Amino acid sequence: MDKKEIEILELLEKNGRMDVHMIARMVELSVDEVEAAIHKFEEMQIVHGYSTLIDWTEVRGHEGVTAMIDVKVTPIRGKGFDDVAERIYRFPEVKAVYLMSGAYDLSVSVEGKTMSQVARFVSEKLSTLDTVISTTTHFILKKYKHDGIIFGEDDNNDRRMPVSP
Amino acid sequence: MSLDTSRFIAEHVDALKPSGIRRFFDLASTMDNVISLGVGEPDFVTPWNVIEASYHSLEQGYTAYTANAGLMELRELISDYLKTTYSVTYRPADQVIVTVGASQAIDIALRAVLNPGDEVIIVEPCFVAYASAVSLAGGVPVSVGTKAGNGFKLQPEELENALTSKTKAIILCNPNNPTGTMLNREELLPIAELVEKHDLLVLSDEIYAELSYEADYVSFSSLPNMQDRTILISGFSKSFAMTGWRLGYAAGPAELIQAMTKIHQYTIMCAPTMAQYGAVEALRSGSASVEHMRKSYRQRRNFVTSAFEEMGLETNRPGGAFYIFPSIKETGMSSEAFAEALLIEEKVAVVPGSVFGESGEGYIRCSYATSMKQLTEAMKRIKRFVEKHNA
Repeated sequence: MDKKEIEILELLEKNGRMDVHMIARMVELSVDEVEAAIHKFEEMQIVHGYSTLIDWTEVRGHEGVTAMIDVKVTPIRGKGFDDVAERIYRFPEVKAVYLMSGAYDLSVSVEGKTMSQVARFVSEKLSTLDTVISTTTHFILKKYKHDGIIFGEDDNNDRRMPVSP
Repeated sequence: MSLDTSRFIAEHVDALKPSGIRRFFDLASTMDNVISLGVGEPDFVTPWNVIEASYHSLEQGYTAYTANAGLMELRELISDYLKTTYSVTYRPADQVIVTVGASQAIDIALRAVLNPGDEVIIVEPCFVAYASAVSLAGGVPVSVGTKAGNGFKLQPEELENALTSKTKAIILCNPNNPTGTMLNREELLPIAELVEKHDLLVLSDEIYAELSYEADYVSFSSLPNMQDRTILISGFSKSFAMTGWRLGYAAGPAELIQAMTKIHQYTIMCAPTMAQYGAVEALRSGSASVEHMRKSYRQRRNFVTSAFEEMGLETNRPGGAFYIFPSIKETGMSSEAFAEALLIEEKVAVVPGSVFGESGEGYIRCSYATSMKQLTEAMKRIKRFVEKHNA
């Protein structure tokens, strides 16, 4: 991967909607070259998609809840944690699953409309899996920053004087 | 009758022209929704670790004066930084002074070296303060204009033509504000030869050195035989987005730095202590945040350069700093008329090139230290403006 390709990835990571013409100008490549690079990233599964970061707490009636669940599991012989993880990540309400070092094994992020919906998922779906030894559920009270973006930060916070030497 | 207090003003101060930027500032600040490309400072906020370190110093009660020349710890870090980045060696104890911005370093450097009537070469277009700083120090500013045809690069013969028996020093700003021009080693060497031949001193304003986008930056002081003839001036404002902290420094021959320290000690005491602690953190940790900002400026530079080319405005491709200096001669307007009309008709603030010296007439300075969103909109508006006025 060359320097300019890395730059394209960094730009897209910050703004998935950035126009290819704009990217081309910023990294000094042709539009065709940028399109080819992006196509390559998609083929190689370096780019997995272009989602939008939404602060649902600002959308009335759709606030929802998110829980981070620490899960201890018994790994399966010959398959380690992968099979267990898959049984968990296949559930659509599960937004993220990570294998962790330390006191527990899997960190599972779950989104639901209400706390009881998430609680039901934990008690009925997650805890009941054979390989799951224990779960500890933490509800997120407030999101300050997500994926590098600070929520609620004013876009027009330029405090500079309009003209200066 | 009220007293005419203006008669108390010293003649040489009265004679100073107010900065042309001032007028644009006054005009722009009365208007709403102006997109400003007139700002000579980063749009980034100071890196958080620097802010935090300064907080911490205050919490710990570090609120007293420091040594006149600045915290020894900071001078040691500056010395290390200059050594690792530009391969120039300065002793922290007597060859480095921490100042209130690079501006103060320029001021005390000039005051330390100029006798009344000494001439100082100023390479235009340039930062608005040089000529006045020379005059205030009792010297005589002598302008040398550079040309767009040479990429606004100082030509050795142009320099030599301006030298007289009274020439004492040259102020060089590399990369340059307002043109964004950067001189590389090959372009600096013949200037260094002239400096040696004519026994001159160089005030090398390297405040934008970290913001160079093409070749590796070469400090004037690192050129053969130049360290003894250079006062290297830089600071934290541009590279670490710390303009409001007012923190700069100078490094040079011990005798000169000591002479500057004498003036500094009697007029300023020392640079603000909390800012110095912030700067300590900046130098200890800094390269990642500087790298991030530099990359961002480079992308914006690429964008604005191509945008101006597309509009048909002839422009240099800036090698450093965060300014671009396109020609507006095609429109037939003076740079001041262009900037004023652009502000009124399209609400985009740029600075007329004439503010930076006669050779800046026919150009405008646009700062690209502004978000891509703002830059995109500004380029759209300037394009519309140029099309309308070319028709």
